[in-house]
Amino acid sequence: MNDIAESLRLALQLVAQADAGLVRTVALSLAVSGAACAIGSGFGLAAGAWLAVARFPGHRALIVGVNTLLALPSVVVGLVVYLMLSRSGPLGSWGLLFTPGAMVIAQTVLVVPILAALSRQLVADALRDGGDQLRSLGASPLQAALLMLLHERWAVLTLLLTAFGRAISEVGAVMVVGGNIAGVTRVMTTSIALETSKGDLPLALALGLVLLGVVGLLQAAIALLQRRGHLGSALAGAR
Amino acid sequence: MSGAVSPQAISARTTAVELVDASVRFGGVTALSKANLHVARGEFIALIGANGSGKTTLLRALHGLVAHDGRRTLGAGQREAMVFQRPFVLRVSLRRNLLIALALARVPREERAARAAQALQRVGLAALADRPARALSGGELQRCALARAWAVRANLLYLDEPTANLDPAAKREVESLLEGFARDGMTVVMSTHNLGQAKRLATRIVYLDRGALRADLPTAEFFAAHGLDARADLFLKGELPWTSD
Repeated sequence: MNDIAESLRLALQLVAQADAGLVRTVALSLAVSGAACAIGSGFGLAAGAWLAVARFPGHRALIVGVNTLLALPSVVVGLVVYLMLSRSGPLGSWGLLFTPGAMVIAQTVLVVPILAALSRQLVADALRDGGDQLRSLGASPLQAALLMLLHERWAVLTLLLTAFGRAISEVGAVMVVGGNIAGVTRVMTTSIALETSKGDLPLALALGLVLLGVVGLLQAAIALLQRRGHLGSALAGAR
Repeated sequence: MSGAVSPQAISARTTAVELVDASVRFGGVTALSKANLHVARGEFIALIGANGSGKTTLLRALHGLVAHDGRRTLGAGQREAMVFQRPFVLRVSLRRNLLIALALARVPREERAARAAQALQRVGLAALADRPARALSGGELQRCALARAWAVRANLLYLDEPTANLDPAAKREVESLLEGFARDGMTVVMSTHNLGQAKRLATRIVYLDRGALRADLPTAEFFAAHGLDARADLFLKGELPWTSD
């Protein structure tokens, strides 16, 4: 109990003092995970839309495969990306290992299956409702699927938040490909892991609380945006 | 080169759509059995029959939305559109729904805004153009779907019970629009449970029973009960159950 109380006090103190190191670490966490989600959304949502309408031998097996990747261990992703980016790897010439760029790549790999699997289900359900109407209007299957992403944009935003939550809370991948270099690749989760290994549990817990707080604020802002969107529709529709 | 026009060419000029020997099965259930229907341009056909008789499946087969083992021929220059019983609209404004429909129909970008505005004007929804389409009432939704069809210059319109679940006023508005479309030369194929509506609007009645076309007659003849088979006659008298057994 004392540790938890101490952690809360420490977390509040860190935030109140706007500790420069903490701010830098939080900013890097948000930047890396935000970039990974932005890049991953392009691939993941497009793949999900395509999977919802594509029909080919092995289609079901591919869906099972993508769904299985939802449980992809982040440390395995880190390892694979490490092997690709290491000096002797196929992408070694890019010189990205132990940079934020490598962390973005690793987290992108982590979020793409989440976005693809969940958006495929979302689009497939929406197409059951309005697919024939869109086909009747002349939409190709892929056009219809992409229009359903627009139609379900508030649900898509929730998917993006889920992916962002997965990215910002993982530690395995960024630790392996980033190396947890202070001031360069150190993010919130790797800081927490470091403080835990040093035995400074209250500080580790305090950093965890700050991370939760930052993500909570972001979630609240987007929830507000969603609420405004829905409310706007409801008010406009009111007679 | 001979100047003679072949019967096929004449048929292509007068045919809106034709379905030959079309059967549709859903699992072990036959929803449509060896259906043959020729729709000429400018006709207003009402499909009637009990629930589950195959009206919607026939409409979807005519439109090419459902796989069948027959042959479907669309007349030259025909542009199809379908208005569903519960029209689907995207969660964007009414105007944007029309603009998207126009984009899907490959209408040049510079023409889209004007055509969307004209279509909304035509169906009396211009004042609601910026309202979210999902907030429209049932009657307004049907009019929105009709506006979409009109905006893309569809000349062959399929309607699946367009006035089911509408109040009498909304029903009258939709019927009045359909009459206007038909006057303008649009070909209409509509399923309905409303025999009065079929009598008022249609030039030809097709009666379906258990997936088969049992009667196909001009409206006056059908309602005079000339040449009807026994079940069609019972249906007309309201003595047949409203669901197919």
